Amino acid sequence: MTRRVLTTCLIAAAAAMPLRLSADSAPTPPAPDPAVLRAQAERVAAIAEASRATVAVLDATGAGGGSGVLISADGFALTNFHVVAEGGPAFKCGLNDGKLYDAVVVGIDPVGDVALIQLLGRNDFPVARISDSDLCEVGDWVFAAGNPFLLADDFTPSISYGLLSGVHRYQFPAGTLLEYTDCLQTDAAINPGNSGGPLFNAAGELIGVNGRASFEKRGRVNVGVGYAISINQAMRFVSHLKSGRIVDHATLGATVSTQSDGRVAVDEILETSDAFRRGLRYGDTIVRFAGRDIGAANALKNVLGVFPRGWRVPLVYRREGQTYEIDVRLPGAHDEAQLAAMIQSEQKPARPPEGDDRDPEGGEPKDGEPGEGGPQPGPQLPRGFHALKPKPKLPQDVADRYAERRGYANYWYNQQAQDSLWRRYLESSAIEGAGYAWRLSGKLETGDTFDFEIDDQRAELRLPWGRSGAVFAGDVSTQLSPPRSGGLLLAIHAWQRLVDRGLARFGEVYYLGQLPHGPDHLVEDCLVGLFEGMEVRFFFAERSGDLTGIELHSADDADPCEINFSEFRELNGRRLPHRWWVRSGDAVFAELVVDRWDIDADAQPPATED
Amino acid sequence: MPRSLHVSAHRRLALFASILAAFSLLGPSARAAEDASLHATIRQTQRRVVKIYGAGGVKGLEAYQTGILIAPEGRVLTTLSYVLDSDQLTVVLDDGAHYAAEVLGIDQVAELAVLKLPLAEGDSVPAFDLSDAVPAQVGDRVLALSNLYNIAGGDEPVSVLQGVVAAIAPLEARRGGYQSNYRGQVYVLDAAANNPGAAGGALVDWNGRLLGLLGKELKSRATGAWLHYALPIGEIAATVERLESGQSLDNAGELPPPVVGVTLADLGLVLVPNVLPRTPPYIDSVFPGSPAARAGLRADDLIVFVSGNPVASCQAVLEVVGRQERFDEVTISVLRGGEFHEASLLVDEELDDAESDGDAPVDETPSEDSADFGAADDASVELPTTSELADELQDADEPLNE
Repeated sequence: MTRRVLTTCLIAAAAAMPLRLSADSAPTPPAPDPAVLRAQAERVAAIAEASRATVAVLDATGAGGGSGVLISADGFALTNFHVVAEGGPAFKCGLNDGKLYDAVVVGIDPVGDVALIQLLGRNDFPVARISDSDLCEVGDWVFAAGNPFLLADDFTPSISYGLLSGVHRYQFPAGTLLEYTDCLQTDAAINPGNSGGPLFNAAGELIGVNGRASFEKRGRVNVGVGYAISINQAMRFVSHLKSGRIVDHATLGATVSTQSDGRVAVDEILETSDAFRRGLRYGDTIVRFAGRDIGAANALKNVLGVFPRGWRVPLVYRREGQTYEIDVRLPGAHDEAQLAAMIQSEQKPARPPEGDDRDPEGGEPKDGEPGEGGPQPGPQLPRGFHALKPKPKLPQDVADRYAERRGYANYWYNQQAQDSLWRRYLESSAIEGAGYAWRLSGKLETGDTFDFEIDDQRAELRLPWGRSGAVFAGDVSTQLSPPRSGGLLLAIHAWQRLVDRGLARFGEVYYLGQLPHGPDHLVEDCLVGLFEGMEVRFFFAERSGDLTGIELHSADDADPCEINFSEFRELNGRRLPHRWWVRSGDAVFAELVVDRWDIDADAQPPATED
Repeated sequence: MPRSLHVSAHRRLALFASILAAFSLLGPSARAAEDASLHATIRQTQRRVVKIYGAGGVKGLEAYQTGILIAPEGRVLTTLSYVLDSDQLTVVLDDGAHYAAEVLGIDQVAELAVLKLPLAEGDSVPAFDLSDAVPAQVGDRVLALSNLYNIAGGDEPVSVLQGVVAAIAPLEARRGGYQSNYRGQVYVLDAAANNPGAAGGALVDWNGRLLGLLGKELKSRATGAWLHYALPIGEIAATVERLESGQSLDNAGELPPPVVGVTLADLGLVLVPNVLPRTPPYIDSVFPGSPAARAGLRADDLIVFVSGNPVASCQAVLEVVGRQERFDEVTISVLRGGEFHEASLLVDEELDDAESDGDAPVDETPSEDSADFGAADDASVELPTTSELADELQDADEPLNE
């Protein structure tokens, strides 16, 4: 242990050394090089700045907990799922200013061991500067900040310095959860209580969220091997976490193995997967995935784990000497019930659901089969994240921001996101009241003309190569015309329906988070509406509030109809897209440029005729 | 390790100067250059370190370790261990290439082995040159490269840890009933370099020059603390040269006698006379004032478990107790009048000077495989939240059954 104290911090050594020398009355030491002092000042400044954004996360009673890091001035902070898993929806969070804030759980990612919480009470929280963790290299100097062993009574984070020992590391899930893919490995001391806290580079920029360590036989303290979830992965999930949902990760729909000749080959593929529809087959060699060279089967697993369900990534494969590049839509790795079961297994099966003021020391029930013999029903259905928890009285500001709902960590945030997207869209587009009766005409990029007529019962599109129609009655999910569009007419109908009925009466609607869509893979906010067994995704631009895309997914195993809207122009006070890019599967179906757009509701004076 | 804290004023000056030089180098661009060269040094060194897979895989015995390439023709220096005790010894290079290796020579005292890779004629691999190895001094900044915990799968580069040489001292170490046969000088490191699988890794300076070979997982005989150390290349170069030429050193006779971990006398226990092939392990008597007496064990108690291992005979008790470490608690579970009692015993140690400098006891949390971890072997585990930790410590501190 004394050796530990002698430790690695150069600054400490450099600073201490002259003192010892003078104590020995050795020759007068040289004055420190200004560069050393400058480097020291820089490091002190980086640590001071980073400390301000570091959070001590305590459970509602102010007892055990972990760490976190603020990423926005309105109080959103990242931490580990396993830090929030056992608390209720409410937390107490301490900052470097010595103050304790109420906080509420926002969203959870149990597979990736990430959670988003929001600290309440300020709009000017200090925020960590976020780096690109893909630029990290082995040998970078880094420091961890957090509250190991709850040492800081005043919430001043403890800092430990070290080296990046490895990047793009893969750590198998603990049980079925908490898979660390593409993570950072460091020898900076990571101890219990550092969970969920930040890992910074030497410049004080956030590169990861600490959460795991190798311990084995030496007790649960640092042995020089800690792991952080890369900040790139965490930030990619933030919008999804802001949806308040229990977020899932992506899978490929195919498995691969490393062959004896070193190739990474597909050894199984689901015919219902997008990868299969894009052309990937058994035996193909995966060369690159999401921009990363794939040299071993594990490498694919590693890269795959950093994406939320529904993400789209480029994939390069080789077959018989030919190389192909495709874009693949990634399905979810788990279904809702699986996720819920996994979360319950992570939460201690501790306390029966009824009973409020429980002595915290009160008997931990014997380890038995959770869900058996108790008041809970047999097989656990997916429930609200905190369904098994007692319901202590929440602080008022937390209660105001918490809504329990099946499949969600906190439904309140989803409702907020839906409402805000929808309000902005209605404001910017003024599309309310546009009704179902539209007539459009215009040109294709070939110069040929098209005509499009739609009302609440039917639609017809006339193209140079033919006309096709759809009837919006009965089983509409069969009305996927025109052929090879994936359901263009129905997608427009869904849009009209959403505008006409609003979020409440469309069918089930929820905010998903941000996903890439359209020809340019723009990552934008996505509202999902379910109707008639189909899933319709509506994409909105963050700045303008415009509806920039629609995807109609008629079935899990079919290519959706993708529409991308652009060239927004004013028309009778409404802001409408005049270029419609339509694709299904590999081929662009058409690109429609609207010249004329008649909306019946606008043409007729209201309430005179029918 | 007396030398660790005694650095002459002269050495301090030198150390200070080297720290200045290493750290600052004038302004951000110079520091960026310094960083760049550290990155380059690490990358270059990683290519000379290999992962070795062989025997093991059972509880507490990892089936992997590390080695360093010491000849372009494909010779690997590593630690002699049970891992090499396999017909199918696989060596994985930095680029992911696999080779079935054969053992060229071993030295049982230095606990070293040299392996040979079947490279194709004319092929070569990046390698350290042992004759370029330099001696390290106390205070030198070092890098430890190894495949600790087998984190680096496939073609992933090995892990890198940093630290300083804290002391140069003779190795006095053991693990359970096994002690280190090597008794020469070692570099004692302040980095947690000697984790599972790290043995045989490289210790290099910041210029990538080879200093030593990372040692096994061992505890200090004096303090029971886990040691982090490396064998200086200078101490082993001569023997390595002989091993490379294919000579195994037949020096088993020079091995120091094995030591027994804990004895019943240490604990203050006497069992009934061991007269049957499976004499039930009843306690015959307990020395007054001994650890066993303090823990409440009594004559006529029937021992059923020792540190989690079922023991059905006096012989089994002797074996299991002998495998325990002197610095770990030995838990003994007994049946007394049909009731189950558990006691934790710690061997009394005469404190020597090493203890008086205030070392905190290491390794108070017992467990090798605490069930809470729920993780597969080799997998890292999520950090316990502090409340879990508090629970665990509380459990550990629980009073013994009376």
